[in-house]
Amino acid sequence: MSKFLKLSALPRSWDTAILGLLAMVLILASTTTEGFLTSLNFSYIFSNTSEITIMAFAMTFLIITGEIDLSIASILALGSSMLGWSYQKGAPIWLAIIICLVVGTVCGFINGFLVTKVGLGSLAVTIGTLALYRGIANGILGENTVNEFPEAYTSFGFDTFGTSFMPKTMPLIIFFGLLFGFLLHRTPFGRRTLAIGQSPEAARFAGINVVRHKIIVFTFTGFMSGVAGVIYTFRFSTAQADNGVGLELLVISAILLGGVSIFGGVGTMWGVVAGVLLAGSVESWLTLREINAQWRTIVTGILLLISVAAPVLVAKGKERREHKALKS
Amino acid sequence: MANKGELLLEMNKVAKRFGGAIALKGTDLKIRAGEIHALLGENGAGKSTMLKILAGVHDNDGGTIKLGSKDFLTGSPQQSIAQGIAVIYQEPSLFLDLSLAENVFIGRQPKKGAVIDWKFAQTESARLFKELGVELDPKRQARGLSIADQQVVEIAKALSMNANIILMDEPTAALSASEVERLMTVMKSLKAANKAVIFVSHRLDEVFAISDYITVMRDGATVSENPVGDTNLQKVIKDMVGRELTDLFPKTEHKIGEVVLEVNDLTNPAYFRNISFKVKKGEIVALAGLVGSGRSEVARAIFGIDKYESGAVKVKGEILPAGSPVLAMKRKIAFIPEDRRQQGLFMVAGVNRNISMESFDSLTDRGLINFKKEKSLTDIWRDKLSIKFVNQADPVDRLSGGNQQKTVLAKWLATDPDLLIVDEPTRGIDVATKAEVHRLVDKAAGEGKAVLMISSELPEVLGMADRIIVMREGRQVAELSRAEATQEKIIAAATTGKKSA
Repeated sequence: MSKFLKLSALPRSWDTAILGLLAMVLILASTTTEGFLTSLNFSYIFSNTSEITIMAFAMTFLIITGEIDLSIASILALGSSMLGWSYQKGAPIWLAIIICLVVGTVCGFINGFLVTKVGLGSLAVTIGTLALYRGIANGILGENTVNEFPEAYTSFGFDTFGTSFMPKTMPLIIFFGLLFGFLLHRTPFGRRTLAIGQSPEAARFAGINVVRHKIIVFTFTGFMSGVAGVIYTFRFSTAQADNGVGLELLVISAILLGGVSIFGGVGTMWGVVAGVLLAGSVESWLTLREINAQWRTIVTGILLLISVAAPVLVAKGKERREHKALKS
Repeated sequence: MANKGELLLEMNKVAKRFGGAIALKGTDLKIRAGEIHALLGENGAGKSTMLKILAGVHDNDGGTIKLGSKDFLTGSPQQSIAQGIAVIYQEPSLFLDLSLAENVFIGRQPKKGAVIDWKFAQTESARLFKELGVELDPKRQARGLSIADQQVVEIAKALSMNANIILMDEPTAALSASEVERLMTVMKSLKAANKAVIFVSHRLDEVFAISDYITVMRDGATVSENPVGDTNLQKVIKDMVGRELTDLFPKTEHKIGEVVLEVNDLTNPAYFRNISFKVKKGEIVALAGLVGSGRSEVARAIFGIDKYESGAVKVKGEILPAGSPVLAMKRKIAFIPEDRRQQGLFMVAGVNRNISMESFDSLTDRGLINFKKEKSLTDIWRDKLSIKFVNQADPVDRLSGGNQQKTVLAKWLATDPDLLIVDEPTRGIDVATKAEVHRLVDKAAGEGKAVLMISSELPEVLGMADRIIVMREGRQVAELSRAEATQEKIIAAATTGKKSA
């Protein structure tokens, strides 16, 4: 542990430290727990984290700009409910999917509009829409569930390629991962996202249209929640109003675990991917060791606290060492 | 109470290192009662380290420090205060919602029995303000006080704790000309009360106006210590930079071309009214006036940071829509704001990322940033502006003020603007870098850019500008050509609104 903390003493290297931690967990779990290092188990890890990963890709941008969206799981549920409802009413499945994506996009845009144009805090706005979107989903489906979907689609959500560890959703996730990774690290849009988080005022003086930029990020976060809604619906073959309750916290946890600063301005996409996989692996490890659900939640909570506290503690330790060096 | 001329503080061969870096290597300083002592030097000369040792923030690792006949005890700020040393920082840290009396006695409220004796606090504060020659109501809130008056409250606080050595770190950097006057009055009162004042400043005209002694530091050592009568500006600058600085204002004559910026009747009633002027190719136009006269707001309105109510801005004859920095940039305007830390730079981001921020068009291949091109862009501007840093990815936070300012300049010059707006381009940077920045601005004009410069430093305005527009309380009160402008004329226009003094 001490060695690992030293690793993270390099400035802003939490995202690399988390890779080390992930490797450690994978090795420990594989050597101590039977059934962990199997392609079946890995296919579970990947498919269990698929919606979280999809939403985390977009939400990373939002947290880097210094905003947050707590309504993403409700958007997922509203999209899923619309998908189920429209399919039940006779819409072709492709149209139902598009409806789900459009609903997600619109919900995200509404969040962005309220936050930037009306000037309300994103925490307040999205706590509101968290309830609102879930409420509308309830209004549409009520207690009903829709679970008759074409098999080709549910198999897409659930199956793997042959007997490999790759769920059929994997290529889609990799596609979005590359897309958002490049967007954050290789494009002017990504640079501006980081810049806004580092100093909104300097961003304005640098000629960045901060309002428009944030609306775009909120909107594609909504879109990606819609995508997650489609996958969730087919993976469980169920469209219902309480789909994905509480997922927003898992997404935020994974992102912070991946080294994105809750204060904005700092973060990497590979760190976030490692964060998601770390959370997923630990969960799977504990499940295989038949440790009950409460304990799993406690471990996840502790991991999250470490990830938030570690960078601060490391910085403080560094300061103390420098101070000592001064005195000697 | 010390007698005038009595030696209050003597620092002898004081040394200090931070890890491998030597901050001080044998600094001497003598301070007497009833003396205003200026401490000069370029950024990094060791002035701040010295002040911090006296303030109790750092320990010295070599040399001796004596307070009168006693040894100075380093260790903590509390201990320094107990020994009669008080520090006034550039940005005072008052509690804005409390009254001035409460601020003066914060943390040591006088008591009468179990309750706080506000009456005493108020009369005592009033007495201290009077002693300092400033009229302030002890019962008023600190909110809304000018920076200079906030500093006065800090000084009163120091006096109430029986400080007899007052350290001021760049007290005038954020003050307007009239506020500087006020602070100087206070410094003279302190001197009359036989206190010692040590102050750091980059404004040499002030230094010569008020100090009794001038100590110059360079590379962590004292270079010279002279009564003000025995030295002069040229000599002080030479001591600071270690060589003769022949030209602080390297203005050259350029061919003036067609109009680039035309401002017509620009009005934003909260800040300025009916502002009209033109800036031509190759010309440097200065907006002069007191802080708060609306100069910066005009510049912000031109660049689109703020909106304006009426009037128009034309760039090369075409209207520039209001309120959009994005459009202003497209029309080749560059704006270097007054606060480089808050507005000009992303402090935690690398030097390379700051420099490339406005130049993505030339750095991207099919939408993706080409890191090689970004690296070479940074190299080019490092060489052109001689910016000093170790790694390209070092956060600009680690650079000195002068190098930070050059980084902002680099970022905007990289866009090859037609119009360069610079707001207080040399605030808080040392004299050698100032000259470099002036040379860069002059060079930009020489390359055919139009330059609009805002500055509170009159020597800079007089030294650099082809034309000077003076503003007072949001109105344009005078326009002077380079030939007719004098310090007196500008001050007269800026303070009274009348053109001739």
